[in-house]
Amino acid sequence: MSIDLSQFFEVFFEESFEGLDVMESELLNLQPGDLDSETVNTIFRAAHSIKGGSGTFGFTSVSDFTHVLETLLDQIREGQRDLTAEHVNLFLQAVDCLREMLTSLQAGTEPDLTNSNTLKKEFELILNGEVSAPVEQPVTIESDSSLDTYEVSFEPQHHLFKTGNEPLYLIQELAGLGELEVNAHVDGIPDINDLSSDDCYISWVFFLTTDKGEAAIKEVFEWVEDDAEIKITLCGGLFSDDMETASNDEPAKVAVDESIEPENTPVERKSVAAKSNAETTSIRVSIDKVDSLINMVGELVITQAMLTQLGEGEITENKVVALQEGLAQLAHNTRDLQESVMRIRMLPISFVFSRFPRLVRDTSQKLGKQVELKLLGEQTELDKTVMEKISDPMVHLVRNSLDHGLETPEERMEAGKDPVGTVTLNAFHQGGNIVIEIMDDGNGLNTKKIKQKAVQNNLIQPDDELSDDEINELIFMPGFSTADEVSDISGRGVGMDVVRRNIQALNGSIEVTSAQGIGSTFTIRLPLTLAILDGQLVTIGEHTYIIPLISIVESLQIELDKVNCVGGGVDVLRLRDEYIPILRLHRIFNHSGAIEELNKGLLVIVESDNQKVGLLVDDLLAQQQVVIKSLEANYQKVEGVSGATILGDGRVSLIVDITGLIKLAGLKKAGSQELNLGHVDTEVNS
Amino acid sequence: MNGELALTDSELDEQNIRQFLTFIMDEEEYGVDILAVQEIRGWEEITAIPNAPIYVKGAINLRGTIVPIIDLRLRFGLPSIKYCPTTVVIVVKVELKQGVKIMGLVVDGVSDVYSISESQASDVPDIHNTDNSEFVRGLVNVGEKMVVLLHLERVLNLVKESEVVA
Amino acid sequence: MKKILAVDDSASMRQMVGFTLKKAGFDVTEAKDGSEALEIAKGQSFDAVISDVNMPIMDGITLIRELRALPNYKFTPMLMLTTESGLEKKSEGKAAGATGWIVKPFNPDQLLAVIKKVIR
Repeated sequence: MSIDLSQFFEVFFEESFEGLDVMESELLNLQPGDLDSETVNTIFRAAHSIKGGSGTFGFTSVSDFTHVLETLLDQIREGQRDLTAEHVNLFLQAVDCLREMLTSLQAGTEPDLTNSNTLKKEFELILNGEVSAPVEQPVTIESDSSLDTYEVSFEPQHHLFKTGNEPLYLIQELAGLGELEVNAHVDGIPDINDLSSDDCYISWVFFLTTDKGEAAIKEVFEWVEDDAEIKITLCGGLFSDDMETASNDEPAKVAVDESIEPENTPVERKSVAAKSNAETTSIRVSIDKVDSLINMVGELVITQAMLTQLGEGEITENKVVALQEGLAQLAHNTRDLQESVMRIRMLPISFVFSRFPRLVRDTSQKLGKQVELKLLGEQTELDKTVMEKISDPMVHLVRNSLDHGLETPEERMEAGKDPVGTVTLNAFHQGGNIVIEIMDDGNGLNTKKIKQKAVQNNLIQPDDELSDDEINELIFMPGFSTADEVSDISGRGVGMDVVRRNIQALNGSIEVTSAQGIGSTFTIRLPLTLAILDGQLVTIGEHTYIIPLISIVESLQIELDKVNCVGGGVDVLRLRDEYIPILRLHRIFNHSGAIEELNKGLLVIVESDNQKVGLLVDDLLAQQQVVIKSLEANYQKVEGVSGATILGDGRVSLIVDITGLIKLAGLKKAGSQELNLGHVDTEVNS
Repeated sequence: MNGELALTDSELDEQNIRQFLTFIMDEEEYGVDILAVQEIRGWEEITAIPNAPIYVKGAINLRGTIVPIIDLRLRFGLPSIKYCPTTVVIVVKVELKQGVKIMGLVVDGVSDVYSISESQASDVPDIHNTDNSEFVRGLVNVGEKMVVLLHLERVLNLVKESEVVA
Repeated sequence: MKKILAVDDSASMRQMVGFTLKKAGFDVTEAKDGSEALEIAKGQSFDAVISDVNMPIMDGITLIRELRALPNYKFTPMLMLTTESGLEKKSEGKAAGATGWIVKPFNPDQLLAVIKKVIR
């Protein structure tokens, strides 16, 4: 049977990367001297699995390297060797090295072995300067070319069956080696009253003519050598061999089928390389999620069957009611199913958080700072795609906190603080969003320095009056960086503006709060998923648009006496204590045939980036979940529109992008009254 | 209809011959490479795109994909006419700088399929040097008629124009 | 159809073993550690068990010992997947009631050849 092993490569890589992550985080938990055996066991198992898999799938460079790692871990696990800090560092380097090797193998290229060979030598040095020996390759047993006849006597002990071995299969296997003559000895069978059905009483003498040699015969009986008397004699009687003595030697390896040709593997690997990209394309889903999905589908099938039955024959009035109920059931099932499917894409944020212990450890060592990392809300789930994209901005923010936020132990003591600084990562759900906080208890943002820098870079004027929050906001402006010299840690030319842009590309937002001497907190808000949105359908003229429900504050009918017209022809609604600019959606989108009179339409108050505006629409329709489709894919970016969807009747409807809309309308941040509507028309009535 | 140009498959191969789908617009016949054509549909209800150039009529749902629809008359600055039952949308797939895009072209009606060798096509005469000349790949005579072969990549590259609009 | 219980904490190994055996016409049930396997094994019967040794929660040797103690599994062939370095594991496994072992790394053909020694 030929089985293409390459079909398992992707799973192997994925679980190996996970294994490496486990090793890394567990290694960071290890305290030399105070050894937790379960932690060491976990690390050992991860290394062991990578070695087993890489060997099986033909990645010998990885299995060779993992072998030394595993051996040292085994010695530590068995208590033969004490764990030192040096070991931990070496293991961590090995984890990095394995990650690189696997990454290049996954991409279909041979890994660079310089690093792994150096590390391997260090491991071998620790392992009593053992000479480098490649992991034993399965040994092909040399076959005797000449035909010989052997006499094999096989006398099992009574308990043989209880080992699960079946003499018949052993005999069949023996027969496969050549020409076999079987003589069974039944003298051992006791009287029927003493007979136990669990025991084996028969013994055999075989004459086997084969060219496979004695080793092949021994191998047939390898599993039962302790449970039976086995004698193999070459007929002609020149020499006899007793299995009892043979068993003291290294047991023979399982014979290797001629079909494994090591040359084959690289070819297979190439075919995978073509398929696999750097970004992982598969997802591992817990069985509960799949089970609940299957349940939903079951219910859906039942509902469908019910509806089919109702649809047969004449439709009577009674049936109409039942049909309506059935359809309601169907809607319910569909929604549940959709939620379950979406849950499949959701993973706990610990996938991202888990890389930070190592990062914080390495970075703080480099900076000579003492840092404790706290992780909160690790089980908070978010969409896999969002997760993949949020990782880099978070790394940047954490590095920034370590580099610029936290002080050195000396500075901290001088300020009367604990010399050990704290960086906290926290995640939680809020509405339809996930909120991620990156907090440090460092010195806080230096507003004076930020303002000075902003003036230098012409971002603001020296006499601009700005609140502290507004000054802190400046760090997200393009072309802003406070580090006096570009440091290795955070200032790689990537600024906070890039972080903000990346987060905004995910429909998210980032803000910072900071207090001098106490610390800073960066707060990231992200939608849970990029694929589905709760939307409010609205009409303007004959056009139907979708407003994300999450940005809607309220909807109301306008009382004209609360509307003031300010400069530039913009109407502003006085709502409780706030003044809310009114945007006529149809004007911004350049559509005709919509309601112009403020008191005849409806006003949808939306909020984005802390700014509220009211959108004038003709009417509100249903609220529903919509699947987001790209308009850009076949067209281009449209200002004020974040995407499209397909409504129940098959029509396309566009999704309003509130942030983009405010920009399009020319409304600046609240406070500045520079309003510049694109299609302002002073005449209110159309 | 295409009797004059009927060729066998082997002849097609030999002479670097391509097949063009032609359509009528304002009594002129235009041709596009048939390999770019995905399907031909009737005119249907469409969703307008805000602030789009006048020739972008909107977007339709093509089996789950959002596809923009371009009125080719308006794109070429020809007078627009009311859409009627023979109005068709030719769905094409083109590779632009921004990637492969699927778009629909509104035309008066489809005409025929011709096999035309590259050498038959003549360059655009200078007198045609209007704004639209960049859209033209070549002119070719088929019997009595003249067919304008289009440069779809240029016709559908909307970026430059949209910048003007925005 | 003969039923085999395949136990391994590594998903790729489990898939490889499962796929190979299924293709050879066996009915395969997979489990990701000893305790999951034990639960599954208690609920139904299998014609053979193939288990990895190093696994979280419950290792393969404990699994084999526990299974062998069950009346249903008195004679059931149980094979261990072990590495070349695990020689002492082999005797430990045999003492726990293992029928035999397969040495890692192995390929699908080797796996089938070994399986043939215990069920056909």
